[in-house]
Amino acid sequence: MSVLAAFARARAVREGRAQPIATVRHLHLSPRPMVFIPLRLAGEAAAPLGAMLGTDPAEPHLLVVPQPRDRDQRFAFVAELAAIMLPYLERYAKDVETVEAKTPYERSLDAPQILVPNPRGIAFTRLLGRSCRFRRADGPYPVHPSVPVLGQWLTFLADRAEFPGSSLLVAMTEALAAHWATGQSRVEDGNLAALVGWIAPPDGMTGPEAAAAAEDMVWSPPAGPDTAPEFDAEVLAPAIRTYEATGSVAQVRDAVRSQLEPTWRVMWRAVELLRGLPEARGVPGRWERDRAEFTREAIRIAEGGPPRGRHDSAVGAAVRLSAMERAQQAFEAQRALDDPMVMVEHRLEGRAFAGEVVAVELERRIVPPGRTRAVNRPLVTVVTADPVRLAPGDVLISPARPRQHCEVVEVRRGTVVLQVNDGMGRGARPAPGSVPEVGEIVCYADLDPGDGPGFPFPSREETPWTHGGPPAEYVPTDEDAMEDWS
Amino acid sequence: MTLTAALAAPPPLALPARAVPDPARAAAEATAAVLADFTGGRHRGVIVDSPPGAGKSTLVVTAARAIADAGEPLMIVAQTNEQVDDLIVRIAAADPRIAVGRLSARGHTPSPRVAALDGVTISHAVDDLAGCAIVVGTADKWAYTKAARFPWAIVDEAYQMRSDKLLPIATLFDRALFVGDPGQLDPFSTVGVDRWAGLSWDPMQSAVAVLARHNPDLPVHRLPVSWRLPASAAPLVSQAFYPDTPFRSGTAAGDRRLELAAGRPDAADRTLDEAAATGWALHELPARHTVRTDAEAVRACARLAARLLARRPVAYDEHGSHPIGPDRVAIGCAHKDQVAAIRAACAAEGVPDGVTVDTANRLQGREYDVTIVLHPLSGRRDATAFHLEAGRLCVLTSRHRHACVVVARAGIPELLDAHPSTGGVHLGVPVKFPDGWEANHAVLDHLARHRVPAVPDGPGR
Repeated sequence: MSVLAAFARARAVREGRAQPIATVRHLHLSPRPMVFIPLRLAGEAAAPLGAMLGTDPAEPHLLVVPQPRDRDQRFAFVAELAAIMLPYLERYAKDVETVEAKTPYERSLDAPQILVPNPRGIAFTRLLGRSCRFRRADGPYPVHPSVPVLGQWLTFLADRAEFPGSSLLVAMTEALAAHWATGQSRVEDGNLAALVGWIAPPDGMTGPEAAAAAEDMVWSPPAGPDTAPEFDAEVLAPAIRTYEATGSVAQVRDAVRSQLEPTWRVMWRAVELLRGLPEARGVPGRWERDRAEFTREAIRIAEGGPPRGRHDSAVGAAVRLSAMERAQQAFEAQRALDDPMVMVEHRLEGRAFAGEVVAVELERRIVPPGRTRAVNRPLVTVVTADPVRLAPGDVLISPARPRQHCEVVEVRRGTVVLQVNDGMGRGARPAPGSVPEVGEIVCYADLDPGDGPGFPFPSREETPWTHGGPPAEYVPTDEDAMEDWS
Repeated sequence: MTLTAALAAPPPLALPARAVPDPARAAAEATAAVLADFTGGRHRGVIVDSPPGAGKSTLVVTAARAIADAGEPLMIVAQTNEQVDDLIVRIAAADPRIAVGRLSARGHTPSPRVAALDGVTISHAVDDLAGCAIVVGTADKWAYTKAARFPWAIVDEAYQMRSDKLLPIATLFDRALFVGDPGQLDPFSTVGVDRWAGLSWDPMQSAVAVLARHNPDLPVHRLPVSWRLPASAAPLVSQAFYPDTPFRSGTAAGDRRLELAAGRPDAADRTLDEAAATGWALHELPARHTVRTDAEAVRACARLAARLLARRPVAYDEHGSHPIGPDRVAIGCAHKDQVAAIRAACAAEGVPDGVTVDTANRLQGREYDVTIVLHPLSGRRDATAFHLEAGRLCVLTSRHRHACVVVARAGIPELLDAHPSTGGVHLGVPVKFPDGWEANHAVLDHLARHRVPAVPDGPGR
């Protein structure tokens, strides 16, 4: 926990209310998100018990599996889920633009956004996708044709959710905790109702009181996918027994509804809270990436692409890890550049500083090592009260000029001398406004949005002997339908 | 694969002067066995596990010369530019006639020590280095090299290389020697996902781990003698961090000695006296939960360094004796903010310039006469996997030739007992030894015998 986060938490305790730790919203929020609250049967990895989902707070869809251990019912549930979710997803694939690039590609104008209560909701989405994507409409144990398609989509969404800064599938507790610090522990923040209680307690209540009330499982059932043990034993088990005896779904349906409705309301309350924050500058750029990935997957699925393998191959894993690390680096840098409150954390660590420009040597020209012609390399001297922990040679960027790189030349007590290395135009003198002026308040940080080219991995077919050689292609077989847990 | 007779008989090894015959012979035999396996050409890869200071670089240079002498092209992969420069300087010193190429990134400024060498060609394109017998570069740079092919390769610090870095490089060579220290820090990633846990090609693993899992028949050699660690340190480090592959020190008790000028009767000087007499000291501050940059512990580290150098230390070893200057002293810790805080404290305490202050990650592979270590668990309320990692403590406690001083808050054994290691267990992930929790206990248990209680005092005293 950073010093700032610890401070914000201490303040939250004193004020009895969560404290903001961001001034802007660092995730995309769709004008029409789909809230999806899945529940599963206790003790099972991916046996759905029910779900509440929809795009309209006033009209949730309730899906129920009266006997979750019955696999026919399980896949009937998935087909029902697909009937609601697939039209929502596929609607966005229709309107596309063509992006001019070295290889032009298509990108949808907007993309779907699915909100689940917590990271376990994402994990459940991934498992549900895993159990569905290899199933087929023919062969042994056939399922509805929409089941494997939804399985592919759920897999894609859960995969994207691992990328820092992606907003296609979002865990609400994570989204809120990135913008507010509460006076409880990070583990307690995993309880959505308690977290929302800290951020926006009902009238007449403090944050801790609202959070304590939210921990009463009768008044405020868990946000899933796991249900409360008391509910399982006292409400759900008798309801399932009644269904077994009479064939009537009503009692299970009411039981599941009672567990989902409170969370449904909290989810939409959380959406409102996030909507109250202005969007950060970097969000549209990251959402563009989500839109492009969404379109790529939509095209792949529409063309009948095979389901993603059970495991990543050696090359696939390396490529994916590299992409995730780049996304992480870019997200961390962009968040700080977009939000002075996030930048403060870097300033406290000494990786960034803010201060006033006291001297500028605008006319300075040098011949850099290995070059033959003199180029503009102005020096900017900044006075700061921040605890600077930077060394000569570090390359810094500034929120005011995010594309310009400055090199630290000298750090003395309270003074930093920077050399501006680029972003000054092509003229003999730096373009007006491209170099900070005396008196300007500036902020510089040792952050790198990392927009360079990716690491050159070999193709899958070229996997070397050190990593087991080229892997076998996945070929769908009838065995896929017989996996123990699918 | 046939190779000239030069490779069949490895060149005689330079043995350290005044070495005890037994460890020297053991080390020479191990090296000869490595070279025979590697140059014999029967295996696509040979793995060499080298404990701290066991002559890993000497082995790399010896193997490189053997292949160069046979007229066969060789590529060497190191992990950092500094390691590349180290290797080039050592190869040039061993045989200045060998034409060495340095494969560098575009815009790389050559370090003065490499630029000063005559036989070294520097270029960003491997084609420009075709005339060189040995081409050395970082893993990152080699990854961008296409269409080159070498019959031989040496991968240095292979345990610190993430396995995904090996993917683009492995297509460049026919046979490779993988050399590294399995006890040091594992490579890491800035993203925490367990998506690939249990897969044999998990990119988060080290290059050697992936290589060995896919090629279980590759020979694995171990260098049995640490020339760096004194007789006071080798048994502890071996036992705590290399429980299954013990090694010994090349010198016997009494071969190394540290002399200090008379000190004051305070805790800092008593700590240094203990370290000089026994090779270890635990400078123990009163138990307290602190922030990471614990001001008292940070000041204690700086003061110990200042007092050490002020007492004109002289090191006696198997080569003779030399005064210990600031460049032979290092202060190690776990976090970058601690480094910054200790550097600031060093300036305030008047520690002479030249003392190295760095994190465990950056101290890997380095060697000093005396090290001062801020214990990773000092003052903490919890023991996370990061702070428990055996490799971190191993690096910090195995950089010294004479003595190691550990600065810590009291109460770490109790902290360890309150936080047994309970990392997630994944199917298919090999169990890793040593366990960081156990290694930490072993080191603390030993340090308890060299404990000097310290009452923190203000900057004025």
